[in-house]
Amino acid sequence: MKQTIRIAAGQGFWGDLPDAPVRQVEGGPIDYLMLDYLAEVTMSIMQKQKARDPNAGYARDFIPLMKRILPACVERDIKVTANAGGVNVRGCANALIEVARELGLAGKVRIGIVTGDDIMSRIDELLSRGIELRNMDTGEPLSAVRDAIQSANVYLGAAPLVEALKQGAQIVITGRATDTGLTLAPLIHEFGWASDDWNHLAAGTIAGHIIECGAQCSGGNCQFEWRSIPDLANVGFPIAEASPDGTFVITKHEGTGGRVNIPSVKEQLVYEMGDPHEYITPDCVADFTTIRLQDDGRDRVRVFGIEGRPATEFLKVSISYSAGYKAVGTLVYAWPDAYEKAQAADKILRARLERLGLQFEHTLTEFVGANATHGALAGEPRADAPEVQLRVGVRGQDRAAIERFTKEIAPLILTGPPAVTGFAGGRPKVEEIVAYWPALIPKKEIEPKVEVLDA
Amino acid sequence: MKVQLTKLAHARSGDKGDTANVGLIALREDAYPILVREVTAERVKQHFRGACHGDVERFDLPNLGALNFLLHESLGGGGTLSLMTDAQGKTFSTALLRMEIEVSDDEARKLELN
Repeated sequence: MKQTIRIAAGQGFWGDLPDAPVRQVEGGPIDYLMLDYLAEVTMSIMQKQKARDPNAGYARDFIPLMKRILPACVERDIKVTANAGGVNVRGCANALIEVARELGLAGKVRIGIVTGDDIMSRIDELLSRGIELRNMDTGEPLSAVRDAIQSANVYLGAAPLVEALKQGAQIVITGRATDTGLTLAPLIHEFGWASDDWNHLAAGTIAGHIIECGAQCSGGNCQFEWRSIPDLANVGFPIAEASPDGTFVITKHEGTGGRVNIPSVKEQLVYEMGDPHEYITPDCVADFTTIRLQDDGRDRVRVFGIEGRPATEFLKVSISYSAGYKAVGTLVYAWPDAYEKAQAADKILRARLERLGLQFEHTLTEFVGANATHGALAGEPRADAPEVQLRVGVRGQDRAAIERFTKEIAPLILTGPPAVTGFAGGRPKVEEIVAYWPALIPKKEIEPKVEVLDA
Repeated sequence: MKVQLTKLAHARSGDKGDTANVGLIALREDAYPILVREVTAERVKQHFRGACHGDVERFDLPNLGALNFLLHESLGGGGTLSLMTDAQGKTFSTALLRMEIEVSDDEARKLELN
C-alpha cells in the first residue's frame, strides 16, 4: 500500500480557470486529479442540451481538457475522477474514447462509468408508491411542481467510484456524484478503508470538502491578510496529501502563487456549512467539530482528529424545475446627487410599470455603489458619491410581462433624471428560471451501475 | 469599549437555498471566548434586521475558534429565483464584521486593541 496519496483539485466549479487541471498535472507529482463540474442546476442545462442533441448533455470542456492531459496521465499513471458525465455519462465516455484513440492511446486507458443517478423517468412511479420527494427546505410535496420538472438526479457517493477503480479504471466519469465522493473514493480504494470505518470516511469527506472549491482554500477569496497573499495570478490549486490513518495535509505545488495556511483552510471549512456536527453525505456523517489543524511548514496544513458517524438511510435528490422568468435592468447615474437621481428613476420606472398593469411575483431595486451588498448596514449613501448604479429586477410566471419590463429601462435615459449612462449592452435579457428542489429518497431505491470500458 | 468585529475575526459566507451561512473565525485564540459571549444568535438577527427574515441559528466550533451562523430567509428566495446582486450570500461575511461588540479594557489590552 502507498503511504501517501496526492489528490489534486482541478476545478472548483464548471467554468473555473481552464488551465488549472493542466497545471496540477504538470506542476509536480500527483496520484489523482479530481474535477467537480456540477453545480445544483447544471443538470437541467445538460438535460436541455441532450433533448436537442442525444450526443450532448455532459460537461463538454472535459473532452478538450482530457485531450491535453491524457498522455501525461497515462505515462505517469495519474487517475482522474470527474462528475463530468452530467445526464449523458455514456456520451461523455464515448467522446473520451475517441480522444484516446486519436492520441494513439487505444488499449492503454480504461474508463469507468457510473450511472444510476438519473431518476427522471421514475418520478411518477416513486410518487405513486408514496415517496413524496418533499422539498427539504420548504416541506412542500413534489406534486406541487410535477409538470415543471426538468431533471431529477440522486447524489451518489464514493462507493460506485471505488468499484470502478477496483476494476482498473484510470478515468472515472460519473453523473450526479457528490463532490466529496470524488476525493473520498480514491482514498477508500488505495487504503482499503472499510465501508463502516466512519472516522476515516469522514476524514476523506472533509479532505474533499476542503479542496472541492479549488483555490478557495489556497488563497483565493481569502479575507485573512488578503493584501499579502502572493501571486494570485499564478494561484496554485489545492492538493490533499492523505495517509492511510485518515490524516492529511492540504498543500499546493511548489512555485505557484496563493497561500495555504490555517486561516485559509478554516475559511474554506466554514464555507456553505450547516450544522457542523452533521455534515451528511451518502458515505458517512462527518463531524466538523472534531477537526484539528496544525501548521506543517510553508503552504502546508496538517488536518487530523476527524470523527464520523454512520451514514443515513437516505440519499439526496437534486431536482430542477421551471419556475417562471426574470430580468434585471441597470443604469448608471453620475455625480452630483447620483443616489438621489437613481432613486428618482426607480420611482418613475415603478409608476410606469404600474400604469402598464404588469404583475410580478417579485420586484427588487438595488443601488449598486450604495447598498446592494450590505443594505442598511452600509449606512446612509454619500450625497457626493461619484456614481450609483440603479439595478431593478423582476420575476414572474408571465413571460410577456417580463419582456415588457425590459423595454422600460432604456427610455429612462431620455425621459428621466440627468447624467445617466451605462446602456451599451442593449435591452436586458429575459431568463427562464430553473429552480432547485432538494429532496430525500430511501437509499434502497437506488442502484448505482458501474461499467469499465476499454479505449 | 466598543470594538468592530473586523478587529477580532475574519469570515466567509455562502448559501444553501434561501439560507445564508456565515462562518466567523477568531483572528486569535483568545478572541474566541469574546465572540462566543458577544456574538449571539439574537444579536446577529438584530444586526441583519431588514435583510434576514427568518430565524438565526448559531453553532460553535471551539476546535476551529469559529462560530457558524445560519440566517434563514435571507436571499430573496435563493439560487436562481433570487433577484439580488448577492444571491449566494457571499458578502454576508463582511456585513457581519461591521458589528460592534463590547470588550472590557482588560480584554482590549490583552488583545492589543488599544
